[in-house]
Amino acid sequence: MRFLLLFSRQGKLRLQKWFTPLTDREKKKVIRDMMMLVLARQPRSCNFLQWRDLKIVYKRYASLYFCAGLEDKDNELLALEVLHRYVELLDKYFGNVCELDIIFNFEKAYFILDEFLMGGEILETSKLAVGVSLEEADTLQETMEEYMSKPAY
Amino acid sequence: MLFATFLQPSFRLNRLLYTPFVYCRRSHNLAKLLYVHMLGYPAHFGQMECVRMIASPRYSEKRVGYLGAMMLLDEKQDASLLITNSIKNDLSNSNQYIQSLALCTLACMGSAEMCRDLAPEIDRLLRASNSYIKKKAALCAVHIVRKVHDLGELFTKAARSLLTEKNHGVVHGAVVLITELCERNSETLERFRKTVPDLVQIMKGLVISGYSPDHDVAGISDPFLQVRILRLLRILGRNNEAASDAMNDLLAQVATNTDSTKTVGNAVLYETVLTVLDIKSESGLRVLAVNILGRFLLNNDRNIRYIAMTSLQKIVGTDHNAVQRHRGTIVDCLKDQDASVKRRALELSLALVSASNIRSMMKELLSFLSSCPPELRSQTASGIFNAAERYAPSQRWHIDTILHVLTTAGGDVRDETVPNLIQLITNTSELHCYTVHKLYRALLSDISQQPLVQVACWCIGEYGDLLLRGECQETEPVQVHRAHDCDPVNPLTAPLSLHNSTPDSRIRSIVSIYGSCIDVELQQRAVEYNALFKKYDHMRAAVLERMPVIEKNSQGHTNGETIKESQTVKVKPGEPQQPANQVCDLLDLLGGSEQPLQPSPALGSAAPPIPVSTPNTVGGDLLDLLGGLEPTPITPVATVTVYEKDGVTVTLGCEKQSDSGLTVTLTASNSTESDIRGFTLQAAVPKSVQLHMKAPSGDSLPARGAAKVTQMVVLNNPNKVNLKMRLRISYTSQGSAVQDTVQIDSFPGLGQ
Repeated sequence: MRFLLLFSRQGKLRLQKWFTPLTDREKKKVIRDMMMLVLARQPRSCNFLQWRDLKIVYKRYASLYFCAGLEDKDNELLALEVLHRYVELLDKYFGNVCELDIIFNFEKAYFILDEFLMGGEILETSKLAVGVSLEEADTLQETMEEYMSKPAY
Repeated sequence: MLFATFLQPSFRLNRLLYTPFVYCRRSHNLAKLLYVHMLGYPAHFGQMECVRMIASPRYSEKRVGYLGAMMLLDEKQDASLLITNSIKNDLSNSNQYIQSLALCTLACMGSAEMCRDLAPEIDRLLRASNSYIKKKAALCAVHIVRKVHDLGELFTKAARSLLTEKNHGVVHGAVVLITELCERNSETLERFRKTVPDLVQIMKGLVISGYSPDHDVAGISDPFLQVRILRLLRILGRNNEAASDAMNDLLAQVATNTDSTKTVGNAVLYETVLTVLDIKSESGLRVLAVNILGRFLLNNDRNIRYIAMTSLQKIVGTDHNAVQRHRGTIVDCLKDQDASVKRRALELSLALVSASNIRSMMKELLSFLSSCPPELRSQTASGIFNAAERYAPSQRWHIDTILHVLTTAGGDVRDETVPNLIQLITNTSELHCYTVHKLYRALLSDISQQPLVQVACWCIGEYGDLLLRGECQETEPVQVHRAHDCDPVNPLTAPLSLHNSTPDSRIRSIVSIYGSCIDVELQQRAVEYNALFKKYDHMRAAVLERMPVIEKNSQGHTNGETIKESQTVKVKPGEPQQPANQVCDLLDLLGGSEQPLQPSPALGSAAPPIPVSTPNTVGGDLLDLLGGLEPTPITPVATVTVYEKDGVTVTLGCEKQSDSGLTVTLTASNSTESDIRGFTLQAAVPKSVQLHMKAPSGDSLPARGAAKVTQMVVLNNPNKVNLKMRLRISYTSQGSAVQDTVQIDSFPGLGQ
């Protein structure tokens, strides 16, 4: 996978994850192109597109579009499953996730993504395992007292 | 948390980050900055803060710091090197979540130097840590291998041993790593072929095993891992009989047992089919795979149909017959609503056209053309043309098809279509009448398509008498008049030719209207044609005769045409060169003869056998293109100096070729101190003599006779009149143009 984007129906970006190094300008161009292509699609059309040399897979969940850019050898149907799995993980973590959750806790959305994908590849195939590691990591987040007691650098 | 969506808060955040009292808000503020960055605002001043936070002992700060590093720092930024040390320290941290942060960041934005630095650490983690870290280390290793190919060697051993782990995440990571290593290095690929039995074992375990709540997705056990293993098997089995044999059974089992009601099952089947088609599988298995694709084609789900067609496209070359069986379904997909599906169906349909199904396929393709989305039009049109050219069952069908395309999608066809079509039409002389009628009727209904108008005008001009014989064409010249709206030059030619066959004063009046047209080209042509009408009655018939048959040039150009220079040199000054429009070149009447000898760009070597005896064609700029390529003969038999003035010398030599044929060689040299440019020769001969000037060897004469220019002229004197030649010499020397004329009354070696 080359990139993963989440954006709303109104064209607002909610999450961007790039798995290859690109300049800021290139990133902006890709985002613009993706929004243009995906938002123009009819409701019940095919979820796959061709863009430059990449296969684009997108899926709409409520008001958010999940858009992934794949290389030639990647399996598009599996990518749909990957997007679906990510939504399930978000749902499990936030409990009935909606766009607002992702807006207000975007860093958590990133943390969840980082437990699921790494370097464009799937990291953990078990939903339970991802959930467990997220919970444990969250317990490490310091409370106020702990925060104060740890030395500042 | 308040979220800023305009620029001022960025500055506030910047200040806040450096205020010591807001320490517990530090990570929140960086998070806010990252959000602002996501909205598209500059946030580079946060980079150093990321570096600092990564080094913090507080986990929450580390976490956000690493997130910021992944978002703001990439290998192109200098600050990224600063975190190398932090990452190194964190990789050895006792807390696995801190280790995982470091691994994740390295895998996301690690540059080549960082990767080289930290590779040994990663290798250590691959061998001796818990499964949580192992799986992350494996994917980090994948990133390192992608960045620095040589480091692949380092991870080979560890990757092998990881395959035996129980944890699916680790096995998945190992499979991805092995795939990456094998793709990069063929030796590694050879070594890893030994793992095929192990992979087959793992796969079997997944397929046969019962329900496992951890990994189950709609009844399939860990489809993600299954697909990755299939992909690795594909790479290992490619071009290798032994490995392919070892996986045959497994693939058959997966193909038959996988439940295909849900997308996830189809994903696994898809990967299986791709693997079967790529390795050296036995034929039964191949048939099974193609049948699965056929089933996919009939699926209601558009996605499935799309990927089925994509896969069939890959094998249409090798398993053509198998794919032909599904032609009906594919052609039906042309009518699907979805643009992606349509595109795939179009490509596949064009690949499936063959001699046996050309008629039915063309019907479908033509109906598709009339309703297809605009972005697919030109692809469809060119596809139809290619197919028609290769498999046309008859000329008439071919012409019909092309005309149909021009009327429906004329605006989207490529430029060379028009000359090709004209060539085709001239080659089928028995259909001239039919063609010109059809074209005329097409023009009557719709005059907006430029290629159609071009072809129609040309045909009407050439075969107008056939048209007039058929129907009464009162409105015909008026049609042509309208045609100029989209195509400025050609229409005027058509009435001219028409006039030749059926003199009609209306044509003259229409042409003279354009004598005062705003468009310069039109005006120029109109004036020239008017002149032709008025003054050159004796020439008009000859000039406006039918064009000869165009020989097909293998390079697809239609300029194997030989056009003779007009007999007199006194016609109006030169035609403007039509940029790259070969049709207009052909239709150029009455070329100006200032530059009669153009070295043409066309290098088709096939010489059309135009008989030299008939004073043929619409004379024009293009003269014989062939002569320019032949080396000019070295010295003629006998030479005589015919012109000598201002240092420029022209000598003439002639050689008798036949009873009435004569080859004259003109050689020019320059003995002045300055170079001469733009040297051209023009010749005129008595009326009954035919003149054929070949292209000169060049047009510049360097000073002091350093090089000469030679030009051959072929003469034919069937009536054996007294041979005379008037030669006009033009050149530019020292910035001024010189023109001179000389008459040659006697030719050496002729005995006159």
